[in-house]
Amino acid sequence: MRIHCAGANAFLLDMSEGTFQDTIQVRIWGMAHVLQAAQGITMLTPGANNLLVVFDPQITEIQSIHRLLKQAWDQAASISITPRELVVSVVYGGDGGEDLAHVAQQTRLSETEVVRLHTSCAYRVAMIGYSPGFGYLTGLPPQLHVPRRDRPRLSVERKSVCLGGEFTCVMPQTTPSGWHILGKAQCPPLFDPTAQKPCFLQAGDIVRFVRA
Amino acid sequence: MLEILSDGPFNTVQDLGRPSAVPWGVCAGGAMDRESLIRANILAGNTVGAAAMEIMFFPFKVRFLENCVFAVAGAPARATLDGTSFPPDWSMQAEAGQVLILQAPEKGVRSYLAVAGGIDVPVVLGGRGTDVKGGFGGFKGRGLQKGDRLPCGHAELHALPDGGVGLSGIAALPDKDNVVLGLIPGPEYEAFTQEAHSLLVTQHWTITPHANRVGFRLEGQSPLLTRQSLSLLSHGVLPGTVQVPPAGQPIIQMADANTCGGYPKIGIIAEPDLSVLAQMPPGSRIRFKLVTQEHALARMRARTEALQSLAEQVPAFKKHLLAS
Repeated sequence: MRIHCAGANAFLLDMSEGTFQDTIQVRIWGMAHVLQAAQGITMLTPGANNLLVVFDPQITEIQSIHRLLKQAWDQAASISITPRELVVSVVYGGDGGEDLAHVAQQTRLSETEVVRLHTSCAYRVAMIGYSPGFGYLTGLPPQLHVPRRDRPRLSVERKSVCLGGEFTCVMPQTTPSGWHILGKAQCPPLFDPTAQKPCFLQAGDIVRFVRA
Repeated sequence: MLEILSDGPFNTVQDLGRPSAVPWGVCAGGAMDRESLIRANILAGNTVGAAAMEIMFFPFKVRFLENCVFAVAGAPARATLDGTSFPPDWSMQAEAGQVLILQAPEKGVRSYLAVAGGIDVPVVLGGRGTDVKGGFGGFKGRGLQKGDRLPCGHAELHALPDGGVGLSGIAALPDKDNVVLGLIPGPEYEAFTQEAHSLLVTQHWTITPHANRVGFRLEGQSPLLTRQSLSLLSHGVLPGTVQVPPAGQPIIQMADANTCGGYPKIGIIAEPDLSVLAQMPPGSRIRFKLVTQEHALARMRARTEALQSLAEQVPAFKKHLLAS
């Protein structure tokens, strides 16, 4: 774990070893769990194989927080959190999945094969971020890793199921995006600012896609 | 209740943001110049994080629909209440029907208007501030428009002397040609070239017109380059972070920045300097001065303590005025 300064009262903990690793991420969720109960920690934002930690400047000293972080990382090795499992129905292709043919062409697979592969595995919500409720889903089969578009679309509809590099996602809002659109999800809103739990997805969840 | 009499898409209700919602991907938000929001609230007799108005579009006009105490802080806009002018960092008593006008300030770009009791809009995701990108919080999730009627929270009506009361000795904003900001070296500082390290603290950085609540893009004569291209995994980013995309011109993340990013971070600007930066218009020239995390933390603490002591002194002073 490399501890970087990320602000007067913040550290960015970098646990990455090259490309993204699920095992490291699981330990980071464990660490965030441990730190949630720690006094003087005011904000925890898990990233991809890293963790941003903000502390209360009035009550915490830099030296003591260093010790706390190291202890929490050690403790996290032995913590296991049972993930939630979610199943999301998707209408693949057609108007709501305009890039299915393009992805098939890029990957030299048939459209049916692309859909079969996309629905064949369990994805993990690695992190929430970028925009409200946006979950980066890891575990995409390598055959479906397609570089992002050179020119991002100015508008991709919410609930679009997309591919970008090694990740897949469901768009929480209608926003610009350079990811490829495979289909349209049938699920509750991914982000509802008025709900008690505003995000449909939580870091650590397991998500499976099924054909609607 | 207040009635807004002038349109201003960038005039918004703001508080100290919603830090607890950041892990959901919601920007921290809140006032860009937090120090001034806090001062306005203290003067108005509120808790430091009460919702107030961040005003960027002048002239700003508002009518008080009931008797209330209000305060204006931040960029020193020329202020008049029914034609009677009053100084910056000042609180006044308004009678129902009176009109407050704020004219464009000579220095700074954001003024803060707090009313006793705070602007009583609903709490969304732990904050009352406007998230314009998300379209929620504040008043209908948008900038203020002519005709908007904003409810005020309950406040005991303290009688102020005619002419009001205010603060003196508030440090003036720097000239726009000479803004010096402390910068804590960030996680990728060492990945930049020696030349970049030198350029960072020697050359002037101009705030480009691409400067808003999301971020301030800077432009310097020579770009800041890394020794080799870096590919970083996405990570949480806080307001004040100075990112450097491959082209080498820095972007400072501000209150409404995305919660995560992947560009190298050469440094971080901490409070109270971030509040000063928030007042600088495009075209301002910035120089950076490297500071240690320990130094920045000590300054942040000192400022927090100074504001806390102000928060204790002002109500006591007002009480004294009433007794005398």
